[in-house]
Amino acid sequence: MTGSAGLTRATLFKDLRLEWRSKDATNAMLFFALLVVVIFSFSFDPTAEESRRIAGGLIWVAFLFASVVALNQTWARELRNQVLDAYRVSPAPANSLFLAKVLGNFVFVSVLEILMTPLFVIFYNLRALGPAYQLWIVAGLGTWALVVNGTFFAALSLRTRSREIMLPLLLFPISIPALLAMVEATSSILTGEFSAKFWIVLLVTYDLVFTMASLFFFELVLHAE
Amino acid sequence: MKRAFPILAIATVIFLGYATYQALVVAPTERTMGDVQRIFYYHVSSAWTAGLLFFINFVASIVYLARRSQKVDALALASAEVGVVFCTIVLVTGPIWARPVWGIWWTWDMRLTLTLVLWLIYVSYLLLRRFSSSGQTPVMAAVLAIFGTLDMPLVYFSIWFFRTQHPQPVMGNGGSIDPRMLHAFFVNLIAFTCFGLLVCWARYRLEVLRQEVEEMQALESLLEVRSSR
Amino acid sequence: MFWVSPGSAAANTVTTPGFESPRSVSLPRVLMLVQNAPSSIPPVVTVTNLVKQFGRFAALRGVTADFPPARLYAILGDNGAGKTTLLRSLAGLSAPTRGTISVLGATNPREVCAEIGYMAHPSLLYDEMSAMENLCYFARLYGIRDPERSRNLLCRAKLDPHLSRPVGQYSQGMRQRVSLARALLNDPKLLLLDEPFSNVDVGSAREMARFLGELRDQGRTIFVVTHQASFLEEAADEFVWMAEGQIVNRTPSLLTTEAR
Repeated sequence: MTGSAGLTRATLFKDLRLEWRSKDATNAMLFFALLVVVIFSFSFDPTAEESRRIAGGLIWVAFLFASVVALNQTWARELRNQVLDAYRVSPAPANSLFLAKVLGNFVFVSVLEILMTPLFVIFYNLRALGPAYQLWIVAGLGTWALVVNGTFFAALSLRTRSREIMLPLLLFPISIPALLAMVEATSSILTGEFSAKFWIVLLVTYDLVFTMASLFFFELVLHAE
Repeated sequence: MKRAFPILAIATVIFLGYATYQALVVAPTERTMGDVQRIFYYHVSSAWTAGLLFFINFVASIVYLARRSQKVDALALASAEVGVVFCTIVLVTGPIWARPVWGIWWTWDMRLTLTLVLWLIYVSYLLLRRFSSSGQTPVMAAVLAIFGTLDMPLVYFSIWFFRTQHPQPVMGNGGSIDPRMLHAFFVNLIAFTCFGLLVCWARYRLEVLRQEVEEMQALESLLEVRSSR
Repeated sequence: MFWVSPGSAAANTVTTPGFESPRSVSLPRVLMLVQNAPSSIPPVVTVTNLVKQFGRFAALRGVTADFPPARLYAILGDNGAGKTTLLRSLAGLSAPTRGTISVLGATNPREVCAEIGYMAHPSLLYDEMSAMENLCYFARLYGIRDPERSRNLLCRAKLDPHLSRPVGQYSQGMRQRVSLARALLNDPKLLLLDEPFSNVDVGSAREMARFLGELRDQGRTIFVVTHQASFLEEAADEFVWMAEGQIVNRTPSLLTTEAR
């Protein structure tokens, strides 16, 4: 087990290093998210009260779209020079690769969120009326929900034609409950009208169910030609 | 088996005709909703049939992953395709009924939303099957079907809580139901189930045939030496 | 072929006789050839009636053969003859449509993948990382933490382990050598190489062929898919000729092409 944890870490650092050198995902993702924020902010020009209600939806939809850019890049990196085959012929466990990819995407999307959230706060004059610390929990759980399924479905669509389009088509329907939970939890916290507890529990369940399912099926998906 | 299909097809068509007669003529007009209520006989029957077909797809997907039988995959594909058709009927008839009765086309009602999400997931399932280029399409599709089914309880709970936060149109209606309505409803339910399973069976046979043709062509290409040289 | 080297021209002229009559290829002859193969030592690789289809295209159409250990096999044939597919099947990357494979005593190559080294036609390397970084990462996949192994292999491939230039900026020949070093990381008993000499200059290719001969002398079984058979004229023990997804001939040397 320590061996596969070490391997996960090695793969994660390898991915971070590759991204640091090429910046394929980061640049595109950041600029895309920035565009979404700007376009949203002049499409909707709400009052402070309204913006609290709709900000949850805007923020998460922006993150969802932007994270697809990062998710598509994860496996694209492995397809260049068919490096994925080198992993497939080795005795290394498939789940180490999967976890490393999920963690890598979690880092990328988190960085994106940390950079983008201030922009939302500025454009929409946001201030949480509910318990603000819960926003961190929602952000962490929500991001995990997006990247765990995103990484899995990106691997699933590896062997499809026009795979970059395939990913959102597969990911978005399955993510509906998670997205609803993220949006509603964020809105609840911002407006302070409702408790976000239920939504957090739902997110935890979603994360657990799909992390398990992905780990269970990933080997099958990786070794399918 | 080959004989059974036309016989069952004729029987189903006759039964469907009887069911339509029951729904449109025999069943009395609903007092408050009027004739538009009759859509309900098709709406609910289609929903039930779609649910049944998606369940068949789920079971077939699991069996496929365990056994890797091509025929089971054909069943999974057939049930998903026909299920999407019935699900579409549900989503179309729903708003037609809702507009005059509730005064709105759409509401984020539990059943409506659940049906919509189910429809979206299965459309993405069919897209995956269509776009997948490898020989591993059935495996990928089966995995997606299982993910979709795992998603359903989560969708259910999320909408359940979503609803409690948002105002909903009133749809409760008291009073007793005319036995003729009940009769028409059950006749339609059974007729649609038979119809759905029959179409699914036809699609299944078509898919198995397609697989056989593919197999034959593969064998042919194996035997003949390519003449390109 | 996009490139011209003295070796390739020679290889092409010698290759031709193996494919003069592809229409006469039939299964019984293949079976007969198998009986001709030395059978005293248990084979390290056995394939029986191997068929691989991609949709309607049959890449392998009934390959049956035994390969005794500690030999260097050169697999020759035109494009589309099924060489790469055979190699990928042996590496466990591609599941056969029909037929069985036995590699190092296992029917599924995945079970013995720690004993197999595989070098593909693409480099299987990350272009943005240096050779040493690449090898150290791939060594981890085999549970090797010590960078010493990667350093030794790079030195043997005549490359400087301290070179920080990313592999993407290497010449094709250097990249091929890193790629070969990658395939040797786990000290494999069975080595599967796809086009190791492509775009390598003649001197390096001869050097590489000599090195492969040494590896064989250490008791490894080596399969080399190549278009430039002349480089292996001395090192190879057997030349396996493929055409139309079948093995059509096996000869002990390049020149005795009429050994049927």
